[in-house]
Amino acid sequence: MSATEQNTCEINAVEPFLRMDRMPHIWCPGCGIGTTVNCFTRALSDSEVDLKNLVVVSGIGCTGRVAGYLNVDSFHTTHGRAIPFATGLKLANPKLNVVVYSGDGDLSAIGGNHLIHAARRNIDLKVICVNNLIYGMTGGQSAPTTPSNVITSTSPYGTFDPNFNLAHLMDAAGAVYVARWTVFHVKQLARAMQEVFAKKGFSFIEVIAPCPTLYQRRNRMGDGLSALQSYKQLSKIRNGAPTHEVAMTKSGEITVGKFIDRVRPDYIELMREQMHDSLGDRYVDTLHMEECECQE
Amino acid sequence: MAKGEVKIVVERCKACGFCVEFCPSKVLALSSAFNAKGYHPPEAVAPEKCSGCDLCGMYCPDFAIHGHKTAPAPAAGPAIAQKEASDAR
Amino acid sequence: MPAEPAGVLTGVHFLDGDHACCEGCLAAGARFASGYPITPSTEVVERFASRIPTIGGTFIQMEDELAASITLQGAVWAGAKAFTVTSGPGFSLMMEHIGFAAMTETPCVFIDVQRGGPSTGLPTLPAQADMMQCRWGSHGDYAIIAVCPNSPQECFDLTIRAFNLAEKYRVPVMVMLDEVVGHMTEKVVIPPAEAITIEPRRHTNKPPGEFKLYATNGDMVPDMVHAGEGYNFHVTGLTHDDRGYPNMTPKIQHSLVNRLKDKVYKNVDQIVEFETDGCEDADAVVISYGITSRVAQRAIDLAREKGLKVGKFRLITAWPFPEKQIRELAGRVKALVVPELNLGQMALEVERCAAGKCKTVCVPHAGGSVHDPDEILKAIEEAIR
Repeated sequence: MSATEQNTCEINAVEPFLRMDRMPHIWCPGCGIGTTVNCFTRALSDSEVDLKNLVVVSGIGCTGRVAGYLNVDSFHTTHGRAIPFATGLKLANPKLNVVVYSGDGDLSAIGGNHLIHAARRNIDLKVICVNNLIYGMTGGQSAPTTPSNVITSTSPYGTFDPNFNLAHLMDAAGAVYVARWTVFHVKQLARAMQEVFAKKGFSFIEVIAPCPTLYQRRNRMGDGLSALQSYKQLSKIRNGAPTHEVAMTKSGEITVGKFIDRVRPDYIELMREQMHDSLGDRYVDTLHMEECECQE
Repeated sequence: MAKGEVKIVVERCKACGFCVEFCPSKVLALSSAFNAKGYHPPEAVAPEKCSGCDLCGMYCPDFAIHGHKTAPAPAAGPAIAQKEASDAR
Repeated sequence: MPAEPAGVLTGVHFLDGDHACCEGCLAAGARFASGYPITPSTEVVERFASRIPTIGGTFIQMEDELAASITLQGAVWAGAKAFTVTSGPGFSLMMEHIGFAAMTETPCVFIDVQRGGPSTGLPTLPAQADMMQCRWGSHGDYAIIAVCPNSPQECFDLTIRAFNLAEKYRVPVMVMLDEVVGHMTEKVVIPPAEAITIEPRRHTNKPPGEFKLYATNGDMVPDMVHAGEGYNFHVTGLTHDDRGYPNMTPKIQHSLVNRLKDKVYKNVDQIVEFETDGCEDADAVVISYGITSRVAQRAIDLAREKGLKVGKFRLITAWPFPEKQIRELAGRVKALVVPELNLGQMALEVERCAAGKCKTVCVPHAGGSVHDPDEILKAIEEAIR
C-alpha cells in the first residue's frame, strides 16, 4: 500500500520533507496551505521522485512560504516571477524536476503574463496554485480569483469585477494537465500531484483552500473548518468537464476533478527538434533527454 | 483491538478541527486541555476505533497529528500470520 | 582558468559593439541568455540566438523584461553563466530583479545599451542617462559593479571582465554602453581561448551537511552551489542568515546588507579600472566614459595644442566609483570637467569626491547625439581661466 493509503510509519510522513528547524510555520489556524503540503509530500514519497533533482520555486505570499519549509533545493523568488525563474532552472538543467508552488494572486495577477506564456510554450513545470481567492499575506485584498460580492480590504463594499476561471485560462493557454481540487479532497489532490510528477509539459493543479483570517472572517463564512465543510458539500467531481463551465462563485457549486490531460511536445522537445531540423550536425545538443533522469 | 493509533504533537496544534471532523472513525475530539498557545488540542476519545488510515495526518495543516498502523497481534498460526502480513501491507 | 574554445571566435573581426558584446559573453562562458527585444540592444541577443545552438546552450526570448531578468538567474542557479541585454525602458523593468540578484548574490551580467530617455525617449539615439540608475535603481542598499566600454573592442574585453567580476564578487554586473558604441563598427581582435582568463563559478568544496549557503570565508563572498547537487539549500529574497533562512531582524539586516556593500567597496582597489593620461601636472582633468570619452579625447587634444595642461581620466569601471583617485586629483587641479550624455550624473560623484577642493564643471548633453568637441573644449578653457 502507498503512503497515501496507509502510514505504517511512526514518524509523521511529512516530517522528512520539512525543514523541521523552521517549525512552527507562519500559517494561520485553519489555513489550507499546510494541508496541501501534506498531499505534496505524500505524493513525493509515493511516486519515488528523485529528491536530489527536485526543485521547488515559489513567489511571494502565504503559499510562497512553502518553498522555505521544504527540505529540498528551493527558491523564494519575487512576486509573480516564480515561473520565469523556474523556466531558467529547467532550461539550464533539464534533469531538474521543477515544481512551482505559489498562490492565486502571485500566479494569476502579477504573474499572469508568465503563467500564460509558460503554458503556451509548454515548459515542463508542475504548477501548484493554492487558490484561497484572496491576497492573504498582505492582509486580504481582492485578487483576480475573488468571486463577485465578496468583501475584501480593497473592496470594502464587495467585489464586482468578474473573476478568473483559472482552469479555463490554463486550458486555453495550452497546459497539458489541468485539475482542480480543494483541500477537502486530500486523497485526490495527492494523486493529482503524483500524476503531474510523471507528466511532461506544463501542468497546473488549482487547489481551493481557505483563508480563515481574512476571506472567511470578513465574509462571515466561519473558519477554516466551515470552509472545508462547504467544500465537501458544494464540490462536485466532474472529471473531463469543459473548463469554461467550472467558474468559481461565492457560494455556488465547486467543480473539481481532472479537466485536461493531454499530450503535447514540451518546449525542450520542440526546441531540440527545430534545431536538429535546421542545423543538422552543427547543432550542439546539450539538452539530451537520454541524460535526463526525468520521470516519464 | 485498534489497528492503528494517532500521535499528536500537542504544542503544534492550532485547534482548526480538521482532524476531528474528517476522521472516518470519529476517533478524535478537541480536548479541554490547553497547549502553550492556548489552543485545545485533539485527543483520541475512541482510540479503539483508530484504523491508522492517517487521514488526520493528511488534513492537519500544522503537521501536529498523524496516524499509523500498529503492529498486528502475535501470529496464532502460519495461515493467520500470512493474512495479517497482507493486511499490514 | 582559460576560456572554453567553443565560445571563442578567435580572429580579427569587423564588428559593432552589440555584436562584440555577444562574442564577449560567449568567450566568457555564457551559455544561457534570456532576453526581450529593445532597440538599440537587440542585436546582442539576436547574435546569441544564432551562435549558441552551435556552441551548446540556450537562448529564450521571454515575454517581457520582468521575466527575462529573472529567467537568467534561474539558469545561473542551475549551473550556467547567464546574461540579459536591454535599454532604458527595459532596464527600468529589470530593477526589481537586479535587486534580487544582489540580495541572493547571483552572479550575472546585465548589458544596458543606453538610449535617450526618459520613458520611450529616443529609441535609436544615444544617451548615458542610466548611470545613476544602474547604481541605485533597485530599492534598498546593495552594491553593483558597472563597466563602460568605449569601443567595440572594449565591448568584447569588458564583457568578459564583467562576467569575471560577477563570479568573483557574486554581484550583478552592468555593462553600460550607449547606442553609438553599440552600433559603431570597428576592428575587434579576439585572441585564442587560452589567452583569455575566465573566473570560474565559486563552487564550494564542502559536502552537503557542512555547507552553509551564505557563510563567508573572511573575504565577504560566500561560495555557491547549484540545484540538483544534493545540498537542499534555500534561496530567498527576504533578509536571511548564513543558512539562507529568512531571518528578519535588525541585527541580521545590518550584517547582511553591510556585507553586500562591503564585499564590493572594501575590494574597490581590485575592482576599479580607469585610464589616465597627463594628469600629473594638469590644471584641469576631463573625466568621461563611454562614447563621450572619445569625443573628449578630441577636445583634450585640441586644448593641449593650445598649450593648456589638460589631463584625461577615463572611467572604465563607473561603479564602484574611483573615489580615492578623484579625491587625490581634486586636491591638486583647478577643475574637473565632466562631459556626459546626460544632465549630470557621474558629475555628482565627481563633485562629491572633490568635496569643494576644486571646481567640478559639468558639460551636460541631453542625448540624441554626441557632444561637439568644441563644447567640451570651451568648458575646459573656461574651467582653467
